[in-house]
Order: sequence, then C-alpha cells, then structure tokens
Amino acid sequence: MATPNDRVYSKEHEWAKIDGNTAIIGISDHAQDALGDIVFVEMPKVGAELKQFAEFGVVESVKTVSTLYSPMSGKVTEINPDLASKPEIINEDPYEKGWIIKLAISSADEKSKLLSSEQYEAFLSSSK
Amino acid sequence: MSTALKQTALYNEHIALGAKMVPFGGWEMPVSYKGIISEHTDVRTNVGIFDIGHMGVVDISGSDALAFIQSVSTNDARLLAEYECQYSILCNENGGAVDDILVYKLEGFYRIVVNASNTDKALSWFKAHSSNFKDLEITHRSDISMLSLQGPKAASLLPELKDLKRNHCGMWQNVLVSRTGYTGEDGFEFFASRDSVKKLWDHFMSLGVAPCGLGARDTLRLEAGLPLYGHEYDDNTSPIEAGYPWAVKFEGHEFVGKAALLAQKQNGPVKILKGLKFSEKAIPRQGAEVFQGDKKIGVVTSGTFSPTLKIPVALAYLDSQVAQNGTTLSVLIRDKSYPAVVVAKKLI
Repeated sequence: MATPNDRVYSKEHEWAKIDGNTAIIGISDHAQDALGDIVFVEMPKVGAELKQFAEFGVVESVKTVSTLYSPMSGKVTEINPDLASKPEIINEDPYEKGWIIKLAISSADEKSKLLSSEQYEAFLSSSK
Repeated sequence: MSTALKQTALYNEHIALGAKMVPFGGWEMPVSYKGIISEHTDVRTNVGIFDIGHMGVVDISGSDALAFIQSVSTNDARLLAEYECQYSILCNENGGAVDDILVYKLEGFYRIVVNASNTDKALSWFKAHSSNFKDLEITHRSDISMLSLQGPKAASLLPELKDLKRNHCGMWQNVLVSRTGYTGEDGFEFFASRDSVKKLWDHFMSLGVAPCGLGARDTLRLEAGLPLYGHEYDDNTSPIEAGYPWAVKFEGHEFVGKAALLAQKQNGPVKILKGLKFSEKAIPRQGAEVFQGDKKIGVVTSGTFSPTLKIPVALAYLDSQVAQNGTTLSVLIRDKSYPAVVVAKKLI
C-alpha cells in the first residue's frame, strides 16, 4: 500500500489529515500490518482535549497492545462509530474507513513536527 | 553456543508466502500468513498446516531405553503398545516441570518429542540422568522435520489413515505419522526428513490447505486448554497443578520427582490451572494478577482474544480454594480491573 501524500505522519505511526481546523487521525498501514488482526480500539470521549504526542487510546490485536499518541493537539469532535463492532476496518482500510478520531485542532503549526509521506517512508526504511 | 536463529527446512516457503517471521525458541518461525484469526478459523472449520520443524526429536535406543525413560518420565511407558505414544512430563526433584513431552514406542526404540525452547535443556537432562544405564543411546534427530496437519477435514486428505487411532502411528507415503496435535481438533503430525517435508508441504499446499503460523497455533491450543511451557509449565509448576494427574503414574515406577508429586497428590495442590472468560474489551496477558476482592489469588499464564468465542480469554493459576467454576474474580489489565468468570481450562 502506498503512503498517501495528502497527510502527515508521526514516528509512532499515526497519521493526521488536516483540512483547515479539522484533523482526521488514524494509524498507518505499517502499523496495522505490524499489529495483525485488531480486535479492540479504546478511544477517548468526544470533547476530550488532547496534546500533541500524548496518549489518547489503545489499539489491541490478538498478539499485542499498542498505545495511540495524538499527532496534533486539539479537541475530539468525533470518534469512528464503526470501530466498536468492526475494529478490523483499521486492518482493511487504515487510511480511509479506518480513521479513529477527528479533532478540532488548536495549532496548525504543530504540523511542522510531523513527517511528510516521503519522510515517513524514509523513516520506515531506516528502521528496518 | 551460536546465537543466530535456526531455520527450518521450509523457511524459504514461508518467505515466499510473505509470512511474518518471528524468533521462537531459537528458531525463525512464521507467526502468520493471512492473519491469525483467518488461520485459526481454517483449522477449526476446515484444515490447516503448520511447520513444526522447530520441535526437538530425541531417539532413545538400547536394552536400557525403557528403564531410562521410566526413571525420568512421570507417565508409565510400559503401557505403550508398539506405535503408540503418550503425553508425559520430565520433572525435577521438587515435582516441577523440566519439559512436557510426548513419548513414542516405535519399532525397537523409543522417540521423545520435546519443546523447541527446551531441546538443549531436555538433552542435558537426559545425559545427566543416564549414567546408571549401560546399554543406552540418546540421539538428537536434528535431521527430522515435523509437520502438522490439523482440522476436522484433515482426515479426508489422508484416507489411507482413516482407521488410525488417536495417539497411534502409521506410515503415509513412507513417512511416519501420528494422530496427534496441539489444537483441540483431529489431526496428524509427520516425522519427515528435511527433503520429504518439502514434498509434503507442497502436496498439501497444492490441495489448497491453508498455511498456519505460531500465532494461530497459540490461539488454538489456548482455547483447547493445552499448556505451553514457559507459560502453564515452568521449573516450579507440576503436572498435577497443570491438570494432568493422569500423566503421573506412581505404581511400580520410580522417577525423579515422585515423592514431591505423591505428597502433592495426597495433600491436594495449592494452585490449579483454570480458564477465565472476560466480557469487556481488554485482553489479559501473561503475568496479569487475579484478585478476589482485595486479595491476590492468582496469575494469568496465557491470554488472548478467542476467535471462536469472540471474547478475551485466559488460562490462570488460581488458589485451589477459590477456583470453582462460575466464581467471578477480577483481573488487572494495564492498571484497570476487569471482571472474569472461572471456567474449566478447556475453554471451547
């Protein structure tokens, strides 16, 4: 799966797709592949205030559990309603249907601390 | 001692299939191909194939072979007919498990299958306890690659073996095979050479059998309540605590650990292995503490998401007093308490 270039990435393998004051957040294809079959997703409540790089939830697969770190600061406006019953959507479509939360972001400048798709791919290659 | 990971005869096959590889017991093994849940489901409903070339195979021959095995194995190998096998445990003086094993009586010799992670340990244990036996040869058969075919449809692929009884051996295309397995389903385990294992693998793959990795092997055995050394067994845990009193035969049989195990049988074990079923969305893992109210009364040895039951499940050692089926206990998972119901270790 190619790394979409319409969004930015963190070294913790989350992505943020920013459109004005909204950011949609999920995990990368590399992350979902490493996790294997995802069975549970712990998400924050709507209204929760998140700080960039702070923990905001957990993704649990059959073999392991992984903490989610928010790539941007902001207030949670939506959580993906499908993940409670079909967490495997993240495995199937990590970049679109598998989105996890939406944020009203507080500071678009925080983008500068994240990686472009090319930088994220380079980061993945260097970590092998 | 080399620290490089060993590779089975089927290593290249796994790479070609795009398997996720992990280190296990000193070997580089496939953890999954299509996905753990998919592979698990294939074995429960159809048939799957596992490369178990990492398992240790040790042949014991000579006129003292039986006497030697009797001296270290808790089960009674005198009960074996030719081409039959039995589950047993090698115990230390305290009754704790050195390894859990399968003992086979073959034609003119015995074969012991040991865990991959304990192969060196078991071989050392055998050597250390063999000095009283003069006519004895212990051979590590690293030339043998085991292969496992498991699932309700497995027998349909081996019609020549349809009458082979559980825990008995036969031959298939000149390869020794036993009707054994580690999944809770019907199945067959082959003892092939490194060359013939590739032919077997290709044959079953050409029939559309799903390749299955260690991830599914673990979820399958866990649902079936089968122990994994390093989790349900260790040097301080006995087969009686693990729920295998029938594999410890005291009559006319002197073996390492007998006195300790006899005492445990007479007094009742202090802890016993039980299953736990969960209703909330968090998976218990090895080491998670189990409480009754404020009192810690147990520990999780293995936990996973059960693909069959679709809930988190665990195996855990619990204080014998509180281990009744139906009791609700609480388990700490990532600093939060989750309710769990005690059930038999055979979860499905």
